[in-house]
Amino acid sequence: MIRTLLSRALSLILSLVVASVVIFVMLQAVPGDPAAFMLGLNAQPDTVAALRAELGLEGSLPARYLDWVSGMVVGDFGTSYTYRVPVSGLVADRIGVSGPLAAYALLLTVVLAIPAGLIAASMRGRAADWGVMGATQLGIAIPNFWFAMLLVFVFAITLKWVSAGGFPGWSDPVAAIKALTLPAVALALPQASILARVLRGALIDTLDQDYIRTARAKGLSRRAVTVRHALRNAAIPVLTILGLQFSFLLAGAIIIENVFFLPGLGRLIFQGITQRDLIVVQSVTMLLVFAVIAVTFLVELAYTLADPRLRRR
Amino acid sequence: MIGIDRLSVSFGETAILRDVSLTLEPGRITGLVGESGSGKSITALAMIGLLPTGATAQGSINLDGRNLLTLPEAQWLDIRGNDIAMIFQEPMTALNPVQTIGAQVSETLRLNGTPRAEALRIARDRMDRVGLSAIPLDRYPHELSGGQRQRVCIALAIARRPRLLIADEPTTALDVTTQAQILDLLCDLVRADGMSLLLITHDLGVVAGMADHVAVMKRGEIVEQGSTEDLFRTHSHPYTRDLLRASRPVPRAPRPLSGDVVLQARDVTRRYGAVTAVDGISLTLHRGESLGLVGESGCGKSTLTRALLGLEAVQGGTITLLDRPGGAAMTRADRAKISVVFQDPYGSFNPRWPVHRILTEPFHLTGRPADAEARAAEALHQVGLTAADLHKYPHEFSGGQRQRIAIARALITRPEVLVLDEAVSALDVRVRAQVLTLLDDLQARLGLAYLFISHDLTVVRAICDNVLVMQAGRFVEEGPIARVFEDPQDDYTKTLIAAAPMIPADWLEDR
Amino acid sequence: MTGSRLSVAGVVGGGLTALCLLAAALSLIWVPHDITVLTIADRLLPMSATHLLGTDHFGRDMLSMLMEGARTSIAVALVAVGIGLGLGIPLGLAAAAHRGGWLDEIIMRGNDLIFAFPSLVIAILITAVFGPSAVNAILAIGIFNIPVFARVARGGALPLWTLDYVMAARVAGKGRFLISLQHILPNITNLLIVQATIQFSLGILAEAALSYIGLGAQPPTPSWGRMLADAQTLIYTEPQLAILPGLAIVGMVLGLNLLGDALRDALDPRLQRRRA
Repeated sequence: MIRTLLSRALSLILSLVVASVVIFVMLQAVPGDPAAFMLGLNAQPDTVAALRAELGLEGSLPARYLDWVSGMVVGDFGTSYTYRVPVSGLVADRIGVSGPLAAYALLLTVVLAIPAGLIAASMRGRAADWGVMGATQLGIAIPNFWFAMLLVFVFAITLKWVSAGGFPGWSDPVAAIKALTLPAVALALPQASILARVLRGALIDTLDQDYIRTARAKGLSRRAVTVRHALRNAAIPVLTILGLQFSFLLAGAIIIENVFFLPGLGRLIFQGITQRDLIVVQSVTMLLVFAVIAVTFLVELAYTLADPRLRRR
Repeated sequence: MIGIDRLSVSFGETAILRDVSLTLEPGRITGLVGESGSGKSITALAMIGLLPTGATAQGSINLDGRNLLTLPEAQWLDIRGNDIAMIFQEPMTALNPVQTIGAQVSETLRLNGTPRAEALRIARDRMDRVGLSAIPLDRYPHELSGGQRQRVCIALAIARRPRLLIADEPTTALDVTTQAQILDLLCDLVRADGMSLLLITHDLGVVAGMADHVAVMKRGEIVEQGSTEDLFRTHSHPYTRDLLRASRPVPRAPRPLSGDVVLQARDVTRRYGAVTAVDGISLTLHRGESLGLVGESGCGKSTLTRALLGLEAVQGGTITLLDRPGGAAMTRADRAKISVVFQDPYGSFNPRWPVHRILTEPFHLTGRPADAEARAAEALHQVGLTAADLHKYPHEFSGGQRQRIAIARALITRPEVLVLDEAVSALDVRVRAQVLTLLDDLQARLGLAYLFISHDLTVVRAICDNVLVMQAGRFVEEGPIARVFEDPQDDYTKTLIAAAPMIPADWLEDR
Repeated sequence: MTGSRLSVAGVVGGGLTALCLLAAALSLIWVPHDITVLTIADRLLPMSATHLLGTDHFGRDMLSMLMEGARTSIAVALVAVGIGLGLGIPLGLAAAAHRGGWLDEIIMRGNDLIFAFPSLVIAILITAVFGPSAVNAILAIGIFNIPVFARVARGGALPLWTLDYVMAARVAGKGRFLISLQHILPNITNLLIVQATIQFSLGILAEAALSYIGLGAQPPTPSWGRMLADAQTLIYTEPQLAILPGLAIVGMVLGLNLLGDALRDALDPRLQRRRA
């Protein structure tokens, strides 16, 4: 158990290192000098040099990489080229929007998908199953940003229940959650459709196993067998997908933030790209990748706990 | 008492069972025998109300004056586990991998409201009863061996003391010594507790040693039933007669062998990390000889086979094939002199290849001769198939025919040595008998040397001149087949021979 | 009964897919109206005999825009699937052939690493370096397809490596490369075809998303995602501009998914055996 944990943790760190190198090297390949770009065409060479030093652009590649990484570890993400403020401050503000949005969407995904998948699997081949399968087929095919636009059109423009976008801040939690509801629904629908189908498939596969027949032969009803024996065994593929979905939700949030004009990490990245604020792009990308790798790690941990066969060694 | 009266089961238009009648009395073991697809398992599933969806049943299954076939599902729940319980063939997958065995045994008891502590106490008692007193209840299935898992399955089946236990091929997936122990346990449960046992098996030897009453099934019908010894002695129905004859092939008579050595291994050793799979083994195979290699799973026979075929390097010892370096050191031309037939007639061929391509694949070793297709046709002819089969695909053949194709493929490079790795183990007894006859015939005609690897002593005795008994990576006994069988020296050999289910020889004497 | 319903879904899916592919192919040689000519006088026309689906805010014919947009979306998704197939299958087969070895370990770790970068993040990185373009979109989606196909190929190949026909091929002196080519690959094509339809549909969705946020095809190249981006500011007054391209995406993706499911059922050997 301890050894599994250690080797997993080691591979987590290795992944992070490789990912950071990839991100760093790619962004070094960007043509042009950010300092010169920021100061405009008429800048004096010594002013540019001073700014380069201030931005940490001097020194060899490995030294700058180590600077960046060691900074990240202690929470120093560098200084934004455009805003001239620490990136960590910018990121902290934006996480307050993107984090809750992804969590909200994940919650909706699970709440929608689990009952739908259960119903479909236990009513296999009947009307309820066909209904769930049809709805989820459609749910998967709808682009979330388009669905978001439709939601805005119906609930904000036509019905005027909510505002079409923007974020009032967390000082008024009710208003904040209201502002995140349409984005979260838009994000959750396709993911819930996928998860419901995975759960249905996993349950049906599990219900075909020999040990289900054993349980039926000792007098358990179909429902008891599903709840007591199938669900926990089906949890493993479902957890795996849930972990993957987190990364899709993060990525999806970047787009959805654009539809609803939410000041999240996604908008921060876009500003970074258009303003050539590469340190922002670099650090926020790394942050997203870190989140995905960490969640994958947690998911693996979770199903190591769920499956006694994996606990040993 | 539970009685089946004129039970018929069908899927849509297809009839699976026709007018099956059987009476199961308390304290009695009833054997239900037949080849694969004869409807044995469907009979069992009908009796416990778990027929697959789409199956319809007619007739009646009577318990205490009720016809179980007409019961609603809710009432079935009280019968399963309580009156009728069942264990299945595959112990490795029959238990929920994420629950402790204690939870799974006690769950049956919890169903009728037994308090948790009491349920666990009874679970402990049943575990002791099936010989698992050393195994704590908080173990998970993957921590147990196959035999132990099957005992757990029996413990949970008898948890509520059912009146009828249905055992569907309960020992087919187990080694022969484990099989004997499980069968003894089942016997004991019936005799001591007055339970009724329906034992479903393809193995007439098992039935002969266990059952009081036996029913023979063929294509969904019971062709004959009666008290076991009477039925075996009279074998009045021609199908029963065929089955019996095929189940106990005639032992090979001693015959002179040439002195030419074709394959030799000296002190062969193969380790995986700390585990020594093959531990200093030596063997000699002569031209025209059949050498049996017998052992239970994990004894190292697969590793030895791979080493002899040159698929795996060895860490010690030498292998010689026709006086040239053998094993992994073989040249391509030498490799063509030793070939192999595997167990599984379904996994043996690339399903997308036609027979002629399958047969000519070994020419990769020698270079494709100009008359490759003619050689393929010749090989097919040798195994009793025709050239018309060359352009068919594997799925168009039965299991026995596929095994003939596998033999043809092994013969195509005109080898000297044929390794037969459980080559007849997956076949029904009558087909098995035909393939054994074919092998015998090929050996006589082509002077082949066979290394015949099997867990089944009956088969080894029918085809081999000499036998090696393998245990934990070593040979514990070797010698002429008749001597080893009639006068085994090693304790393990004695255990193996005693454990093998056999039909008593005098039951089969024609009167 | 089940079989007939499944094939109905398959026919619907195949039909929708074929319709989109045909529209895209047709746009190569003919569209109802030239969309490079902006006729502001004709802007925002309703549906009519001349403009079957009306016109957009620049007076371009919507049907023509959708047809040309289909071409961009399909081309990007197809090439991305090609990248995934071309690189992922050899990697997956190699990993399976060397199961447990260092090559397997490296390939699978590399896969995990790519999975840690959602395709959008890859697109953002590439855009930051090279600027936005359709090629950028292809690369971003294609790179993400590689580990998907590698996993499917490896997962399909591993059980085959334990089968006796592979053992027989080894006894016949064949090496891992030849066995992978002759025995493994042909027997995992079903899996790969099904996965390819799924990745194709995901590619359509991803291309739409990238174009929508401006990281994909650039003007004047029309694409469904770009049309949606353009329509967003007009959604208060002209919702049909947003609805039509969205429906096109849904139709194409739904069609591919239905087709993929039908193919899976038709090609699944387990189901075939049950039928026989």
